[in-house]
Amino acid sequence: MNKVLILFAHPRFEKSKTNSVLLAGADKIDGVTLHDLYEQYPDFNIDIDREKELLTRHDVIVWHFPFYMYGAPAMLKQWMDLVLEYNWAHGSRGNALKDKMVFNALTTGGARASYAANQLNRFTIREFLVPFEQTATLCKLIYLPPFVVHGTHLLSDQQLAMHATLYQRLLAQMVAGAFSVEDVCKYEYLNDWLAEFRG
Amino acid sequence: MSSAFLHDALIYLACAIVFVPIAKKLGMGSVLGYLLGGIIIGPFFLGFVGEEGKDIMHFAEFGVVMMLFLAGLELEPATFWRMRRLILGAGFLQTAAIIGACFCLFLVLGFNWQASLAIGLALSMSSTAIIMQTFREKGLTKTQSARGALAVSLFQDVSVIPILALLPLLAVTTLVKTSDGPAPLIEGMPGWAQTLTLLVAANAVLLAGHFLFVPFLRFIARIRLRELFTAAALFIVIGTAYLMIRVGFSPALGAFLAGVVLATSEFRHELESDIEPFKGVLLGLFFIAVGASVNFSLMMTNPVTILGLVFGVIAIKAVITGITGRLFGLSFDQNMLFTVTLSQVGEFAFVLFAFIHQLHILSASWTDIMMGVTATSMALTPLLLLINERLILPYFGTKESVETKSHDDISGGNAVIIAGFGHFGSTIGRFLRANGITATILDNDSDRVEILRKMGFTVFYGDATRLDILKSAGADEAKVLIAAIDSPEINLELIDRVRKEFPKLEVMVRAKSRLDAYELLDAGMENIYRESLDTSIRLGVDVLIKLGFRRYSATRAGQNFFRYDEASLRKLAAHRHDRESYIFKTREQIELQEQLLAGDRDVMTNVHDDAWNGDGAKRGS
Repeated sequence: MNKVLILFAHPRFEKSKTNSVLLAGADKIDGVTLHDLYEQYPDFNIDIDREKELLTRHDVIVWHFPFYMYGAPAMLKQWMDLVLEYNWAHGSRGNALKDKMVFNALTTGGARASYAANQLNRFTIREFLVPFEQTATLCKLIYLPPFVVHGTHLLSDQQLAMHATLYQRLLAQMVAGAFSVEDVCKYEYLNDWLAEFRG
Repeated sequence: MSSAFLHDALIYLACAIVFVPIAKKLGMGSVLGYLLGGIIIGPFFLGFVGEEGKDIMHFAEFGVVMMLFLAGLELEPATFWRMRRLILGAGFLQTAAIIGACFCLFLVLGFNWQASLAIGLALSMSSTAIIMQTFREKGLTKTQSARGALAVSLFQDVSVIPILALLPLLAVTTLVKTSDGPAPLIEGMPGWAQTLTLLVAANAVLLAGHFLFVPFLRFIARIRLRELFTAAALFIVIGTAYLMIRVGFSPALGAFLAGVVLATSEFRHELESDIEPFKGVLLGLFFIAVGASVNFSLMMTNPVTILGLVFGVIAIKAVITGITGRLFGLSFDQNMLFTVTLSQVGEFAFVLFAFIHQLHILSASWTDIMMGVTATSMALTPLLLLINERLILPYFGTKESVETKSHDDISGGNAVIIAGFGHFGSTIGRFLRANGITATILDNDSDRVEILRKMGFTVFYGDATRLDILKSAGADEAKVLIAAIDSPEINLELIDRVRKEFPKLEVMVRAKSRLDAYELLDAGMENIYRESLDTSIRLGVDVLIKLGFRRYSATRAGQNFFRYDEASLRKLAAHRHDRESYIFKTREQIELQEQLLAGDRDVMTNVHDDAWNGDGAKRGS
């Protein structure tokens, strides 16, 4: 059984309907820890030892954040810069995260179609996420495709509830760990994998 | 209004204005300035006032009456209770021992036992006014010696009442008429009856206080005319004093009792702030009158007697006080200060001697001599304090500075000087030390200095506003001076001195309140740190969090409010002098609060914040 750590970064969580619905049941799933970074470190002074210890205790890491200006909120960048230390997370002696899994969970206002060449956003989500992918690789992590909720401001309550159920299923799958990494990595989004995995 | 009155008033005020700044400049404290001024304008030197010595004592008596009212007002039962061990222990021990010693001295000198006892009782009193003024001016109110001295003087203040009640029992003959006007009630009564009358009168004042004064003040307060309230307060004081005179007792005692009664009422702070502006002036007046009443011609005729008595009494009081301080565990420096501040004979002695004379326990000439002794001993206190501070403590007590082993290679050397190492300065010092920055510390609490030195800090002991101490602490080479002294006045003085003498030194200053911050801004300071601002906001932020706000949003709201408040401080400071009433600090404080609250309503720091409105924004499509 895997242990899943959701590193959630949202500077205005109280105003985010999408994320509150997505995360409502998440930490009730056995084996899932929700770690709310803005709530833990309102002054950006991240407790590095504590974060390392959390990472060590978990097998799957989720970088969960709203996709602001094509990237992560400042807190998550701060977290990555401070916690993923040389010779701990990367470097010749940095094997602390070796073979753990990591993926992004994003919410974004833009529709999936708008993230493409010749479209408004000009690049795909996967292209925008290249720095995360390479950071994961540098840290010897296994980088899985992202879980993305598109068009958040247009979602009906019903659609939103479906996304939340999907996310919780994903987390449960991650805990169970009964999947082949190679299979999963063939998909662009984890959403796609889930859609086929259980029709 | 007669021109004679204006003439006298003018002389007293001019005297204060001329001599107090001189005394301050010479580093002697205001009390000595007032006393010297009084001596110089008095009958012996310039003779501007009191050709017959009568006017002066009128002035002085009124000063004493008002001062005792305030002393009574400050006698809060809660304070009394909190310090009961010190008051009843140290106070009783010191006072009783001095009464005993003086009693023996005067018995040996050939007085009868009644007179000796009466003199002993009067001489045991120390001057609350000098004690309070001294500690406040030196910024030492929180030291062990100040607590001890205050406790002893509180005990003495309270024991005046039973002493006044008991004195008639010592009277050899019954009271005869002494003053003009209607005869006092107790005239011609036997001693026991006088004692009884006094007890009845004192209790009557206390009862009247509860059932008459307080309801009366409540009624006046409802009319909401501030000057009427002040008038009512004065009416009570003067009324009580007058009644006591009519009964035949000291008006000062009446005022003191009225103050004690009102200390427990809800009007205590109101009365204090109303009388506050007058308090300083009245005290000054009192000290001038004491100076002027020093009878130099009497001293010229009996120089040996008077000087002998003065030094004898001061020596007795000092030795006994010193032993008391030792018993109560004061360290050498603190005990010296405690001893010197309590070594004089205080203002209550004037009251007691006058009464003793009225009772015919003591002859007129001896009463004059004893009054002279009292006044002289008061005049000597500031001098003794100066001697103690400059000649005794530096050599026998805590040293002003300690030669460090590595004195040669690093000459002072620290980049940071912290003046004042109380709760504020010490936190800064600890923080700097935790980050590898050692600061040079200036402090005037000897107990604290000893501890800090033991812990290996470089500490200079003494008044931080003194140029020589600043120099030896390395103010020439240091980069930053942190003015963290508890008393805003001393802090301001320090800043002035530093900016004049060490213009290159960066000064960072602690402000106790918004008003202090204004004064510092007026003085041209830039780096001002209000001591309660951050803490209050931090608490407010935590309240928001407890109410369910997100931590990060609450933190940002706090940061925004902090920035807004700092900006409004500077904005309002500029407009402050447009207002007429800024002299009255309490009133200004309230107006300020109102201005701030009105302004805050327009600046809701976080509500209109549209940052990261991610989910709702039309980003992409």
